[in-house]
Amino acid sequence: MENQIKYSQTNEDSKLNITKVGPKTSLLFFRIISFFLVFLIWELAGRSDISIAFPPFSKVFLAFIEMILSGEFVEAYADSLPPLLIGLLITVVGGVIIGVSVGLVRSAEWFIMPLLIIFQTAPVSALIPMLTYIYGISDTSKIVAIVILGMPLVALNSYKGIQSTNPSLLEMSASFLASRTNTIIFVILPSAQKMIFAGLRLGISGAFIGIVLAELLITPTGIGDLITYNRFIARYDKMFATIVSILAIAGLTLSLMRVFEDWLFPKEKN
Amino acid sequence: MKKRSRSTEVILSTDSINVVYQESLIALQNVSLDIPAAKLTAILGPSGCGKTTLLKVIAGLIKPTSGSVKVRGKEIEGPGPDRALVFQDFALLPWATVLQNVGFGLRARGVPKKERDETSLHYIKEVGLLGFEDKYPHQLSGGMRQRTGLARALTINSDILLMDEPFSAVDEQMRRKLQEDLLNLLKVENKTVIFVTHSIEEAVYLADQVIILSGRPGSVAEIVYPKIDRTGEIDLIRRQPGYIDLVDEIWSSLKKYVE
Amino acid sequence: MQKSPFWSLIFWAGVWEFVGQMQWMTLLPPLSGIWFAFAELFQQSAFWDAFIMTARTFGIGLSLSIVVGIPIGILMGISSRADKILSVWVNLFLSAPITAVIPALMPILGIADATVIATVILFSIWVVIIDTQAGVTHVKDSLVEMGKIFGCSRSKIIFWIVIPSAMPEIITGIRLSVVRAVKGVIVGQIVIALIGFGGLFSTYLSYFLMERFWALIIVVFIMSFTIIGLVEMLERRIAFYAKSR
Ligand SMILES: Nc1ncnc2c1ncn2[C@@H]1O[C@H](COP(=O)(O)OP(=O)(O)O)[C@@H](O)[C@H]1O
Ligand SMILES: [Mg+2]
Repeated sequence: MENQIKYSQTNEDSKLNITKVGPKTSLLFFRIISFFLVFLIWELAGRSDISIAFPPFSKVFLAFIEMILSGEFVEAYADSLPPLLIGLLITVVGGVIIGVSVGLVRSAEWFIMPLLIIFQTAPVSALIPMLTYIYGISDTSKIVAIVILGMPLVALNSYKGIQSTNPSLLEMSASFLASRTNTIIFVILPSAQKMIFAGLRLGISGAFIGIVLAELLITPTGIGDLITYNRFIARYDKMFATIVSILAIAGLTLSLMRVFEDWLFPKEKN
Repeated sequence: MKKRSRSTEVILSTDSINVVYQESLIALQNVSLDIPAAKLTAILGPSGCGKTTLLKVIAGLIKPTSGSVKVRGKEIEGPGPDRALVFQDFALLPWATVLQNVGFGLRARGVPKKERDETSLHYIKEVGLLGFEDKYPHQLSGGMRQRTGLARALTINSDILLMDEPFSAVDEQMRRKLQEDLLNLLKVENKTVIFVTHSIEEAVYLADQVIILSGRPGSVAEIVYPKIDRTGEIDLIRRQPGYIDLVDEIWSSLKKYVE
Repeated sequence: MQKSPFWSLIFWAGVWEFVGQMQWMTLLPPLSGIWFAFAELFQQSAFWDAFIMTARTFGIGLSLSIVVGIPIGILMGISSRADKILSVWVNLFLSAPITAVIPALMPILGIADATVIATVILFSIWVVIIDTQAGVTHVKDSLVEMGKIFGCSRSKIIFWIVIPSAMPEIITGIRLSVVRAVKGVIVGQIVIALIGFGGLFSTYLSYFLMERFWALIIVVFIMSFTIIGLVEMLERRIAFYAKSR
C-alpha cells in the first residue's frame, strides 16, 4: 500500500559499506546541494536551445519576484484560494465522515462502497468540463471539482483504516465490556489514524489537481487562467513561475498536514 | 584481567577493542581475547552488553573505533574466507531453495554449478537435511532453517565458525537437538567455534572456554574453562558433577550485571 | 446479513435511470439510452484511433516510468547521499498537482503523443521510485551482512540480495504507478482536449452527444478497472514470498 510505505530517514552511511562509526553529515547541507543542483540543471537546460518555451531558472525566478511585486499572484490567488479552502474543508470533513461511517455501519458500507470504488477508478476528470453547464463559471464549479477528485480518496482510506483495526484489540475491548462508543473512540479511531491521515494527504493532493483542472478547463480565472494566459501570450517565464507557485503551495500544505499530524499524535519515541 | 596460558595454539586474537556507536554509546571497552584453535569458545553476557557487536567486529562487519583483530597473527581488513558466520535470524534468501541457499557462499566465489551442488549436498547431508534441498525456507521449521544456515557456513571450509545466538530463535527441544548435533558435527569437522549466547547452560554445555562480558559497556569480566569431558557420550555431559556447579558459579558472577 | 455489492450497483443504476427518465438534467440521459451509444461508439473510427493513441502513450509512458524509476529508487535506497539529494523532489512530485505542469509541456513537446507520454511519466514515476527505495532500505541487514561474509562484491550484493528482497515493494510500486498512469493518460488528454479520448470527450460535450459521452466514460472506466485488476492479480502471484521474509 502506498500509505503504508515508511519513508526512510536513515542518517548513517549506506549499509552496503562496512559500518563506520563517526559523525554524520548534516541533512541541511544536502538539501542546499539538492536545490542548487536542480536549479543549476534547470538553468543550463533552459539556456541550451531545447525550446524557447523552456526558460532558464533565473528568468523564471525573476518573473516570480515580478509577479509577487506586481500583485498578479495576489489577484490570481484571491480567485483560487477561497474555493480551494472551502473545497478542501468539504473534502476533509466529508471524506472522513463518510469513510468512518461506511467503516462502522454495515448498511452504509453496502450502500456507498461500490460508489466510492467507481469514483476512484472512473475518469472523473472528464466530468469537470460538464460542471460549467450545471453551475456556470463560478466558485461552485471549482468546489465541486475539488470535492469529486479529493473526497473519494479520503473516504476510501478512512474506511480501510477503520477496517484494519487489529481484531485482538477488538476482542480485548469486548472482554472488558467496553461500550460501542468507547470502543470506537479508544480503539478503532486511534488505530485508523495513520490510514486516515494518509488518505487526507492523498485527498489534498487530489483537491489541488481538482482546482487546477477546473481553472484550466472551465472557469478561466485564478491560477489556472494565469497559466493559460501567459502561455497564450508566450510569457513562458511567467507561466513557469505560476506553475512553481502552485506546486510550492501544494507541497507546503502537505508539509503542514504532516506537522499537524505529528502535533496531534506525537510519535512515540523508542 | 589475567590471561591464563593454555597449551593450544591461538588462532584468533583481539587487541584492546573499543567500539563507540553514535551519540557516544560505548558498546565495547578494551576487549582483548585469545581464541584457541579447534576449541569452542562461548561469549556470554547480559542482553545489550555488546556480544553481537564483538562477534561482528571479529567477523569484519564492524570496524572497531580502536583496537584490532588478528587471525594467525595477521590483522583483518574485513570479512574473509577464514571466518564464516551463522546468523541468529538465519539470514536465508526467501526466494531460494535450500540447495541454492547452501550454495550461496560457493556461488559468490564463482564455483561452477556442478561442483557447487556436490559440495552443498555433502553438507546438507551432514547437517541432516537430505531430502529437503528443493524446499524453500518458508516451508521449513526453525531448526531446519538454522541447519541450512549452518550448512552454508560449512561449505566454504573456513577454519573459524562464528555463531550469533544460533539457537535462540528455535524452541527448547529443537535447541537441545541442535546443540547435540553441533557437538557431533565438531567431532567430524575440525573447527574453531566462537559462539555467542545468553544462556549459561548452553555455554557450559558446549564450550571449552567461556568469556563472560560485563554489562554495558561490554568488557571482559571473567574467563572460565569448563573442565568437562566431551569425549564420551553426549548425553552424559549434563550429568557430570562439574556442570551444575559451574552454571551456578557463572550465574552468581553474572547476576550483578543483570538489572 | 451481508448483501452482495452487486445489488448495490443495481440500486445505483436504478437511481441513475430514474433521474435520467425524469429529465431533470439534460446532461444525464437515462442509463438505458446509453446502451445504444455503445454500439455507435464502437463503430466510429475516431474511437479506435483514440483507443490506439491512448494505449500507445500509456504503454510507452508507463514503461519508461518503470524502467527509469526502479534504478533511481535502488540508487536512493543504497546511497544515503542520493537519497538526501533526491528525496525532496520525489516526495514533492509524488503528491504535487502535476496537472498544472501539462500546459507547460504543450508548447515544448507539441500537441501530440510526446506531451501525453510526459504526463503519464510525471504522474506515475514517483511512486515507483518511492516504493523501490522503501523496498531497498528495508532489506534485512542480516542478509546484506551474509553477502559480505561470503565475500560478495557490492554489485553482487545489489543484484543477488537487495533487488530480489525488494521485489514485493517494487511490484506494489508498479501497481500503484499503473493506477496513476491510467489517471495521467486521461487527464493529459483532457487538458490538451484535442487528441485521444480527451478530444472525444470535449467533442461529445460541445455537441451535446450525452449518450456517447457517458458511454465513453463507462468504457474508459471498464478499461481502467480491468487493467488495475490485472495488475493486482499479477502482484498477488509474483509477491509470494513477501510474507515469508
Ligand atoms: N548500529 C548500532 N548503532 C547504535 N547502537 C547500537 C548499534 N548496534 C548495537 N547498538 C547498541 O550497542 C549495545 C550492544 O549491542 P549488541 O552488541 O547487539 O548487544 P547484545 O548482542 O549483547 O545483545 C546495545 O546497547 C545496542 O543498543
Ligand atoms: Mg545480540
